[in-house]
Amino acid sequence: MSHWIILPIVLPALMAPFIVLAARYHIGIQRVFSVSGVVFLIGLSAALAWEVSDGSVIYYRLSDWAAPFGIVLVGDRLSTMMVLLTSVLALFVLLYAIGSGWDNRGRHFHALFQFQLMGILGAFLTGDLFNLFVFFEVLLIASYGLMIHAGGNDRLKAGVQYVLYNLIGSTLFLFALGSIYAETGTLNMADLAQRVAAIGPEETVGIRVAAVLLLLVFAIKAALVPLHFWLPSSYAEAPAPVAALFAIMTKVGAYAIIRVYTMIFPPDLEVTSNLLETWFMPAALISCGIGAVGVLAARRVDRLVAFAVVGSMGMVMIAIALFSPAGIGAALYYIVHSTLAAAVLFLISDLVRTGRGNVEITAQIPMAGTFLTAGMFFVGAIAMAGLPPLSGFLGKLLVLQASVGDDLVVWIWAVVLGSSLVSVVGFARAGSTVFWKSHGTTDAEPAAEDAVRPSVLSYTAVGGLFALLVALTLFAGHVHAYTTAIATDLFAPEAYTSTVLDTPGKLSTPKEGH
Amino acid sequence: MELIVASAIGVLTAGGIYLVLRLRTFPVILGMSLLTYAVNVFLFASGRLTIGAPPILSDDVTVYTDPLPQALVLTAIVISFGMTAVVVMIGLGAFLGSDDDHVDDQPQSAGTEQQT
Repeated sequence: MSHWIILPIVLPALMAPFIVLAARYHIGIQRVFSVSGVVFLIGLSAALAWEVSDGSVIYYRLSDWAAPFGIVLVGDRLSTMMVLLTSVLALFVLLYAIGSGWDNRGRHFHALFQFQLMGILGAFLTGDLFNLFVFFEVLLIASYGLMIHAGGNDRLKAGVQYVLYNLIGSTLFLFALGSIYAETGTLNMADLAQRVAAIGPEETVGIRVAAVLLLLVFAIKAALVPLHFWLPSSYAEAPAPVAALFAIMTKVGAYAIIRVYTMIFPPDLEVTSNLLETWFMPAALISCGIGAVGVLAARRVDRLVAFAVVGSMGMVMIAIALFSPAGIGAALYYIVHSTLAAAVLFLISDLVRTGRGNVEITAQIPMAGTFLTAGMFFVGAIAMAGLPPLSGFLGKLLVLQASVGDDLVVWIWAVVLGSSLVSVVGFARAGSTVFWKSHGTTDAEPAAEDAVRPSVLSYTAVGGLFALLVALTLFAGHVHAYTTAIATDLFAPEAYTSTVLDTPGKLSTPKEGH
Repeated sequence: MELIVASAIGVLTAGGIYLVLRLRTFPVILGMSLLTYAVNVFLFASGRLTIGAPPILSDDVTVYTDPLPQALVLTAIVISFGMTAVVVMIGLGAFLGSDDDHVDDQPQSAGTEQQT
């Protein structure tokens, strides 16, 4: 048992209080520690991902208590991939926050950022459902602070909405956990997988209620229609680097759905069969459509990006709802892509805001740094809308390919292709209005006072994310092979469950007397 | 006993949901509190209702109560308490800043129109 796997949680958990206590009034020192912490995290998560890349499962028992009794952290290929994605995203978001000065517009940005990372990484690594709830709360509490960073009335109002919606989600989560515990007497995921499978056909009422409640909770996190209402306002009003980091938060919900509904409630489990087919796929299709319509209808760039996130989560959910190895493999590829693409677009919308003082989709006089920002928006829109040559196109192609043979294949193709078309139109309209028509306006107003040219570091951060998107496109074959291997693991979770349950620790074999 | 606990959870949840669906911050926060009370009792009951038994496993005790839900409830209480404090502060800030305590999206679009 190696201790490395707990470090991605411990490191930000120590870094955050250190930043608050020791470097409270020194933004420079905060920046140094925050960035170096994240760089170290990247190294750590790359090492973890490398360690499990052969399909092995690493685990960590807190205080050495054996699995069903104590809390375990488990790292398999899926969770380490998500951890690596999070820490890489965090670095670029952090660089942007520093470059644009967002971190200095309110207090404690870096401390909250570290706590947020701790919650997200913990949610990916934990092997216990109640612990998952706790890490959800950690990431939510930090996100409440980040969401209203730098203040302002609109932001506070959107923050109230965001907090209340997520509080209701947390309460639902507790109800779900209570019913699962009442039915099975355990909350360890690996143990649950075995106990739920052993439930007789006549005693399924409680566990079915629990499965639906849990799906609702994760759907709220993943912003699945009709539970997406919290997302557009809060992502649009949140400071841009925060919104870019939030791009990974919806994926926490997607990750939880993948994990729980392949391991604990697998598709071939009789107790909860039909649940996902009946409800999940239609909701995913509608999310995809609503996201595209929102992109077309948005009147501000940041809300446009927020709706693009809803649409891309719909796309991820369509792929997940297929519940086949090919589907999950495509979903994981698309998760990586859409996280990067959404983050990059949120940062670009902030570049627009920096350049001209607002993000309305109206023709205004040309702003500072138009050419670079316009080019970046163009590439980002191509990635998000799923046009060739970038990874969005490949991701959608994989989803379409995986859906062949499904009962709803006609609907899936129609919605995916139709929504792509609508969002292409939406992005084209927004881009041409904001960047192009601006040259033709006659009523030239003086530029807003706070309009300045974005800093080099901001552009570097956005460029870094673009480089990742290009790499994801160039190495699509390798990445997709890896995600397909992850999906195959997920549908054969014996390695996971046996590693967690059969490794001896305190209490596991009382007769041997530890 | 079961009837009392079950109906308490039910009534608290029903009241909580009604208040959460209101449009203004204060009733919604009250509703959230009711919901968290309900879920705390629910979690407590998920380990089965046992009266006057110790939450300890040992050889000379035959009737015991499940200690785990009590630990879960404790965690849930701490978290929900902190969350309520946070939402009260943010809600208060939003109300003092804009003199309006609606939780729906109206002020957002009105603000947009003013800017354009």
